[in-house]
Amino acid sequence: MFWVSHFLAALAVILAWPAPIALSRAQWPSRSPFTAMILWQAIALAGGLSMIGAMLVWGLEPLGDNLLEALHGLWDILVNNRPADTLGLVHVFALSAASLLTAHLVFTLLITYARIKGQRRRHRNLLNLLSSPSRTNPSTLVIKHPAPVAYCLPGGARSVTVLSDGLMGLLSEDELRAVLVHERAHLSQRHHLLLWAFAAWRSALPWLPTSRLAQRSVNELIEMLADDEAVKEVDQETLVGAIAIVATGSHGPSVSHGHSGETQDHVLADAAATQDPEQDDASLSTVHRLRRLLEPQAPLTPAQTFAALATSALLLTVPTALLIAPGFLG
Amino acid sequence: MATLGELERTVMDLLWGTQEAMTANTLRDALALAPEGTAEGKELAVTTVLTVLSRLEKKGLVERERDTRPHRYRAVTSREDHTAELMHEVLVTAPDREAVLARFIGSVSESEARTLRRLLGSN
Repeated sequence: MFWVSHFLAALAVILAWPAPIALSRAQWPSRSPFTAMILWQAIALAGGLSMIGAMLVWGLEPLGDNLLEALHGLWDILVNNRPADTLGLVHVFALSAASLLTAHLVFTLLITYARIKGQRRRHRNLLNLLSSPSRTNPSTLVIKHPAPVAYCLPGGARSVTVLSDGLMGLLSEDELRAVLVHERAHLSQRHHLLLWAFAAWRSALPWLPTSRLAQRSVNELIEMLADDEAVKEVDQETLVGAIAIVATGSHGPSVSHGHSGETQDHVLADAAATQDPEQDDASLSTVHRLRRLLEPQAPLTPAQTFAALATSALLLTVPTALLIAPGFLG
Repeated sequence: MATLGELERTVMDLLWGTQEAMTANTLRDALALAPEGTAEGKELAVTTVLTVLSRLEKKGLVERERDTRPHRYRAVTSREDHTAELMHEVLVTAPDREAVLARFIGSVSESEARTLRRLLGSN
């Protein structure tokens, strides 16, 4: 039936534009970052599914009463050289667009994976030569650099957390533990897989508001999730202290007297030179993180959480059900 | 037995520690003295050292002087330059790099740093 493709198209438009804008402006995600993360994944998946589904259903409409029958009809035309006179130009166009979009999404996912892997490998090669293992912490490397830097490099069993000695000099033992727990939470909760998927989603459809907003929000939400792990081990003030020192320390003049100040200035000058809206996004997320630690808010009520999760489930099941339900074209 | 990775590290430490170009033989002797200990006390074959050197050459860390025999090897740039390069990779956030590694704190612009200080000051 015709309305299915219209319904899916409408859903695709809602999920590409108003829904992500509303969610990215909402205040509640910082109260329950995990629930918000599920909803973002549902929006992205359902968005892609309904985009492809709308075109597929539209294109297959003349070929059968349900998806299986229609796909069978398409198979006959493509492989068994049956006459395609029921298919109009518009249907062929819709089908081509659906398959191109599917291929585009899959290939972008794979290419992004290869690019990230390659960049990580090169980074790790150099890192292994330049850093030394931490004496006190397992799978932690220390690199000699005055800027306060902490990050984790995912890689299965070879995942490492990297700290600069500049950072270690600035933080107390507890603050350092907060940073380490935070970074390990990224690794143990496999946040790099989310970053990969949403980075691919963005490079596949960069002009779509949803892909940019989703990536930005997901980047922020994983930081909040990791912060939540950190405050299970250290108190709130310690984590706030660590964030404050790293965030303002890497920016203020306080560390530029480090032992290779020239290198430091060079790095920061370059960082400033490439400043663009992206960086504002990133730094705004630090403000959001700090705010929710300073003024903790109650998480969503069970009813609200249920509503958000039910929405996510509906977003995924409705387009799927419409696509596979028999007789939907008839 | 030291792994290739450990040997690469030790060789680079030696080359970064000196300004001069070294032959594989000199390097092997220096490795046998084991300055920092990963390849401690092991007699390495020169071919092993050459393997390590060619791996490092492929990675762009070592260059070979071919006008003498045997060839001499030197570090392409200093340890500090490589560190700066690596940290630059970490500190500069390009949208297509965000998924490569996860930083504790992303880049903070001047105005955001002000907001952060205000937030911290009021508490």
